[in-house]
Amino acid sequence: MTRYLLRRFASTVVLLLVMVALIYVIFYALPSNPAVLVCGKGCGGGQLAAIDHKLGLDQPEYLQFWHFLEGIFVGRDYSSGPDVSHCAAPCLGFSFQNDQPVLSLIGQRLPVSLSLTTGAMVVWLLVGVSAGVLSALRAGRLTDRVVTAASVLAYGAPIFVSGMLLLMLFCGYLHWLDFPVYVPLTENPAAWAKNLLLPWFTLAIAQAAVYTRLTRTGMLETLSEDHIRTFRAYGVRERRIVGRHAMRGTLTPIITLSAYDFGYILVGAMLTETLFGLPGLGQLIVQSSNNVDLPVVAGLTLVAGAAIVVANTAADLLYAVVDRRVVLS
Amino acid sequence: MSDADAPVLSVRDLTVDFPAADGGAALRAVEEISFDLAAGGALGIVGESGSGKSTTALALLGLHRRSGARVSGRIMLGDDDVNALDDESVRRLRGRRIAMIFQDPLSALDPYYRIGDQISEVYRTHTGAGRRAAWARAVEVLDRVGIPDAARRARARPHEFSGGMRQRALIAMALACEPEILVADEPTSALDVTVQAQILDLIDELRADTGMALLLVTHDLGVVSRSVERVLVMQNGRAVEEGPVSEVLRSPAEPYTRALLAAVPRIDAPRPARREPGEPLLTVAGLTREFRRPGGGLRHDVMRAVDDVSLDIRRGETLGVVGESGSGKTTLARMIVRLLEPTAGSIVFAGQDITRLPDRRLRPIRRDLQMVFQDPVSSLNPRRTVGDSIADPLRVQGTGDREALRTARELMERVGLDAARHDRYPHEFSGGQRQRMGIARALSLRPKLLVCDEPVSALDVSTQAQILELLSGLQEEYELTIMFVSHDLAVVRQVSDRVAVMHNGELVELAEAGELYDAPQHEYTRTLLAAVPVLA
Amino acid sequence: MTAELITEVGVSTEAPTRGRQVRRRLLADRMAMAGLVVAGVMIVAALAAPLLIHLEGQDPTTYHPELLDSARGGVPRGAFGGAGGAHWLGVEPTTGRDLFARALGGARISFLVAFGTLIVQILLGVSVGLAAGLGGKVADAFLGRLIDLAISFPQLIFAIALLAIVPGTFPRPILLMIVIGLFGWGGVARLIRGQVLSLRTRDYVAAARLSGAGRVRIALREILPGVSAPLVTYAALLLPSNMISEAGLSFLGVGVRPPDSSWGQMLSTATTWFQADPTYVLVPGLLLLLNVLAFTLLADGVRTALDPKAPSLRGGRK
Repeated sequence: MTRYLLRRFASTVVLLLVMVALIYVIFYALPSNPAVLVCGKGCGGGQLAAIDHKLGLDQPEYLQFWHFLEGIFVGRDYSSGPDVSHCAAPCLGFSFQNDQPVLSLIGQRLPVSLSLTTGAMVVWLLVGVSAGVLSALRAGRLTDRVVTAASVLAYGAPIFVSGMLLLMLFCGYLHWLDFPVYVPLTENPAAWAKNLLLPWFTLAIAQAAVYTRLTRTGMLETLSEDHIRTFRAYGVRERRIVGRHAMRGTLTPIITLSAYDFGYILVGAMLTETLFGLPGLGQLIVQSSNNVDLPVVAGLTLVAGAAIVVANTAADLLYAVVDRRVVLS
Repeated sequence: MSDADAPVLSVRDLTVDFPAADGGAALRAVEEISFDLAAGGALGIVGESGSGKSTTALALLGLHRRSGARVSGRIMLGDDDVNALDDESVRRLRGRRIAMIFQDPLSALDPYYRIGDQISEVYRTHTGAGRRAAWARAVEVLDRVGIPDAARRARARPHEFSGGMRQRALIAMALACEPEILVADEPTSALDVTVQAQILDLIDELRADTGMALLLVTHDLGVVSRSVERVLVMQNGRAVEEGPVSEVLRSPAEPYTRALLAAVPRIDAPRPARREPGEPLLTVAGLTREFRRPGGGLRHDVMRAVDDVSLDIRRGETLGVVGESGSGKTTLARMIVRLLEPTAGSIVFAGQDITRLPDRRLRPIRRDLQMVFQDPVSSLNPRRTVGDSIADPLRVQGTGDREALRTARELMERVGLDAARHDRYPHEFSGGQRQRMGIARALSLRPKLLVCDEPVSALDVSTQAQILELLSGLQEEYELTIMFVSHDLAVVRQVSDRVAVMHNGELVELAEAGELYDAPQHEYTRTLLAAVPVLA
Repeated sequence: MTAELITEVGVSTEAPTRGRQVRRRLLADRMAMAGLVVAGVMIVAALAAPLLIHLEGQDPTTYHPELLDSARGGVPRGAFGGAGGAHWLGVEPTTGRDLFARALGGARISFLVAFGTLIVQILLGVSVGLAAGLGGKVADAFLGRLIDLAISFPQLIFAIALLAIVPGTFPRPILLMIVIGLFGWGGVARLIRGQVLSLRTRDYVAAARLSGAGRVRIALREILPGVSAPLVTYAALLLPSNMISEAGLSFLGVGVRPPDSSWGQMLSTATTWFQADPTYVLVPGLLLLLNVLAFTLLADGVRTALDPKAPSLRGGRK
């Protein structure tokens, strides 16, 4: 077990370093001249040189990378002429657009994205798991077929299409809801929830379909396992067999592995936030890349990538703890 | 028949049909089986795969309900007809009056819960006892079946137990409610022979103590002979013969029973002496193979699968290699044919050291060193026709395509397959036929040494006898030297001139077959031989 | 996104499958056939787009301000977004461009990018997967990690970033193929690697080694044939996934750029018109939905036909 943990930990660290290097290459080494990207075509030589200097682009590349790393782990100083601005670790640089530290930009947007994603996750786990269990217990019957048809349809719908259709139905046609506007939870919890209802379901639909299917398959598989037969052979009540043994066997891997969905959540949040105009991280990354605000995009990608790597490792470890047999294989 | 002898279980005209999925003719798995099980008695049901013996066992507990199978006939458990009761009443019988244990004790227990909890759950279901009382009962029965330190081990989960311990735990679960009948479906087939002996002893002992009746389902006539008083022989869903074990096994009335008995290899019957073996064809010295143990601690935990083994195989002989699971016998076999690299030691074949020979230089020698594998499913490429599979080694060694296919067809005929089916795929053949293909492929290059790794373990006894017969004929014809690896001491005795016994990676004893079986020198060999159930 | 589901394609490699049998099973599968018909019609329509648009008598770029109601902010006059004999699916709000022509253009882009990306994914995935599965311990340790990396990374985020820094002069559809392919080969590689590693331990591979067969022969004769069926299934499932990725990137504004049209890009401008001009939303939205659904059903049918025991999207037997 210890060795397994250490190995996972070591490979996570390596993965993170590779990712930092990759991001650096994409954003700072690959573009022939980031300064032009920042400033646009109208900029003259003087302006470009100033930007180069401020970003440290006039230094050799390995040094630039070193500073990039240094910024992340211990913080770094940026100098533009006389004034020196210090950026504490983990330093992701400053936005080209408004000179705000990338980290604080992320901090401002984080609550929106967290509100969106946690709510959506609750929705898809609840809907997906219950639909899947229902479908498995009624396998082959009408309920099963209806649930399955719905999940195929939901699964094929891209977020921005299903979101748009929901929007048209509930805002445009039925007028049950207004076009969502973000209201912080701390300000007005009821309005927060009401406004997020559509985004939650939009982000959750396709994923709920995936979970329905995973749960259905898992449940049927578990129910056909030998130990279920054992408990039947010992007269344990069917309700208890399903509720205790089959559920545990089915849900343990599903819930544990849901940590792997982190990457999907981020991408989904990006699309959902753009669709509903919610001021979250997803919208930030889209706006920044349209504005070629490299430090913001790089910083966000880094944070997102790191979060995903950490989440995946957490899922691995969690799974290993829940089911020790994994480690042995 | 006096009242005291009234059977606890009385089955009349039991028939089980499995309707075909696509509405075709139903499959009749069991047809009009009748038998009685006396209180405290023991009945064995024997048969080969597909005989319907397990289906019969499951029917006794009403376990075909909800599966779509049609069960008819009477299954009288005392005054209750299991087949006529409603679901709830049957549920209340299960585990309380009639309990069952299964072949694979690992998958038969829930991996997520503690063993004590699983036993408690069963106990509480039938007695309504409190948590604490049920746990105490679980510990008590675990202790009863010989789990050391039961109070602590009750908190373990199934994967922390060894195979034998798991079967003990399952038996403990069966004991929890003191049932009148224990149905054991191949309870020891997944276990090593020494563990099997312990489990069978335990069942004997529990029967004597509690007076519960035993219904033992098995393919192994030795186990039947050792553990039960009466036996029912089944074939293709029908009862062939029933009677006291001693009578049925000693003087069988039915031809099928006779054939079955004749097919069983006898540990007490030596093979006829053969011509003198020649000088060593293959010599192994100090052969060692280490594996890194997965999931170990911080240090690289190394396991010696084969530890310093030295032996030789003489021209023309059959060297049997026996051992239980984990003894290193398969690793040794794979090293000898150079499928696995040895960690240390040397292999000299026909005077040439082949231990470290690179692939390119090994290639001509490969002709002389072939292998027959255990699993007839995984040893043939499902996507290549049988003819191609058998011809491939020839093609690799440079024979022309037409010539290779012609030889392949000849070999098919020689091993008893219809050469006209050379363009079929392996899944269209039975297990025994596939093993014949494996043998034909191994022979296609006319090897000098044939290493057989558990070649008959996956087969029924009658098929097993045919394959052994075939191998023996081929040995004469092709002047083969054979290394025969098996866990089955009786089979090994039947085919071998000399026998090597392996234990924990070490070679503990190597002697002439007769000598080894009749006067074993090593302690472990004696234990092993004592554990084998002998046909009465 | 579809990758979520694709990663658990359970494919058994036991029964050999012959073309005839597979075709028969596929033909008997009504949902798959419905998918095939829809997908076929779409592909033909996309290929014949110039002809069809010529038949309609329109083109995708001409502005038609005369068809718009400027008093209502540029909504097309008439019901259903101005659909009728002249403009079969109506016109765009604010510009008045022909929606039928633009939707067909979107179909072309969608298929072009989806298939092009698939090629990139298969080339990269198969070579990395094979190298990892057959290359020995060190190669596998390294490539295995690389595959993990490729899978766990949110490809769209990277794609956005990469698309943002590439000069606008680079042809967009090709760029999309490269970018989506570059971040989307992990699944193929994992599938191939897993299959190879599992097939490698089969006794028939050992038997081939025993006969003296070399690595290349074993790879080609014994291992590759076992990999091809799951690969076909997987590739079929990747197609709709790629369509969604392209539409998603275009929706976010980093994909296909005007004057080219794409369903995702049309949807992103349609966001603000969902009340005033629902047709404008429904045309690209439903086309995308229908298309993805058709390809998904077809792929699932292929999977079931190749391996009836595999878990199907549509449930079925256990």
